[in-house]
Amino acid sequence: MTTKRSPEPFAWLLFSSGGMAAAMLIPVLLLLFGIVFPLGWLSAPSHDRLAAVLTHPVTLLVLFGLCVLALFHWAHRFRYTLYDGLQLRKAAPVIAVLCYGGAAVGSVIAAFVLIRAL
Amino acid sequence: MTTADRRYHHPVSFTWWARKPSYLLFVLRELSSVFVAWFVVYLLLLVAAVSSGNESYQGFLEWSSHPLMIALNVIAFAFVLLHAVTWFGLAPKAIVLRLGSWRVPPNLILAAHYGAWLVISVAVAWVILR
Amino acid sequence: MSETDDKHAVPDMPDTTGTITMEVARFRPDRESEPSWDSYDVPLRKEWAVLDGLNHIKDQLDGTLSYRWSCRMGICGSCGMTVNGEPKLTCSTFLTDYAPGPVRVEPLANFPVIRDLVVDIEDFMAKLPTVKPWLVSGDEEPAEDSEYRQTPAEMDDYRRYSMCINCMLCYSACPVYALDPDFIGPAAIALAQRYNLDSRDEGNEDRRDVLASAEGVWACTFVGECSVACPKDVDPAGAIQRYKLTAATQAVKDLLLPRGAR
Repeated sequence: MTTKRSPEPFAWLLFSSGGMAAAMLIPVLLLLFGIVFPLGWLSAPSHDRLAAVLTHPVTLLVLFGLCVLALFHWAHRFRYTLYDGLQLRKAAPVIAVLCYGGAAVGSVIAAFVLIRAL
Repeated sequence: MTTADRRYHHPVSFTWWARKPSYLLFVLRELSSVFVAWFVVYLLLLVAAVSSGNESYQGFLEWSSHPLMIALNVIAFAFVLLHAVTWFGLAPKAIVLRLGSWRVPPNLILAAHYGAWLVISVAVAWVILR
Repeated sequence: MSETDDKHAVPDMPDTTGTITMEVARFRPDRESEPSWDSYDVPLRKEWAVLDGLNHIKDQLDGTLSYRWSCRMGICGSCGMTVNGEPKLTCSTFLTDYAPGPVRVEPLANFPVIRDLVVDIEDFMAKLPTVKPWLVSGDEEPAEDSEYRQTPAEMDDYRRYSMCINCMLCYSACPVYALDPDFIGPAAIALAQRYNLDSRDEGNEDRRDVLASAEGVWACTFVGECSVACPKDVDPAGAIQRYKLTAATQAVKDLLLPRGAR
């Protein structure tokens, strides 16, 4: 029996890894940079300090991984939200191209921005 | 039309997800992905600002403390928390771990996820704040 | 007559604490093009399930009401209906839990209605055998006197999924099935896993084409309502998630390893 080759498991693996990375890393980062520093509950790190952290290759690698996986997590989940929530299953191929294509473009931009930080 | 379908087919409502609290929670959980994507944008703007020098970094800090930005990020934070909590809650369903003949109980897998979340969060905060 | 006014005076009649209104969805295809509601007042007795109320209606009030039932003890899986918006086995859902009422009884959602509370289950019956929910053996039939040995631990792997009674409440609870009728569905996948995880079974590869297809596990977005609706605690949502991991691992192996090493 021949096994149908569907790209679905790979999309799901990216979605799952992205979901795990997002769940582990985003809450603390968003809490600090989106709420705690802007509200002045803690003072934001100085530019020198943050630049030193950011230019570290390990940081860049982690952030790049987080960006790519989180974007593909979004693409997969949002694709199904459009299918089910807005009942757009008929437009499935277009939606898939837009979602995963968007994540791919976002990943390239992320790579560009992060390499520039080096 | 020789064999007309005399069965009644219930139409699916366009707002089916509002019919039950559990369906609504499901749709909110799925929409959390939009805020995950927003965070990536926000993070890249921060990185770009930092790598452009102190002046643009200060500009980013000012922009991020605009009330509308704070409001957006508070909402985004609520959604990523929803994502994290539901994600860890579902993880033990997919993961079946076996150590020898002992099957690791789902609650332990759940606790391990929360433990890892705590350790990672503290480590990230320490790197940024130290 | 000593207790002239007492409604409870009928000998051998259990406690009646008044009546409850049952609003029942009716659909008579020969007379109407969409369902309507009929209301009936039935005795509210603490040991009466919704099904007892329906039987009272059928026997005493309106013999034209159509519905399915058989065992009255939550094992045949034929009396599933929608009670106050939730898929339930009507034989194990009690009227007193809905007092003072009214209690609304509708056919199972997501299935075409044939008449009143009777739905067409053909779709599920057609999908079920596609996942081969039986022990698939690569060898020839065992000799008459031989038997398959299995340890209690091996049985624990699949026992939960073996509790499925094909009542289809999970399909009724599943919004993905409502939106995408080609989805193979919760019970069929849980039953496939019931055999995939059985140490005596060798049908994993046979079931893979159906399970790992776009209309198999990948259509599921883990709403989780199937596991909430399941009256037998089968947890189809868990079965599906588990198979997603299995199918994804297998897909990666297919990609990376040469045929022989899989």
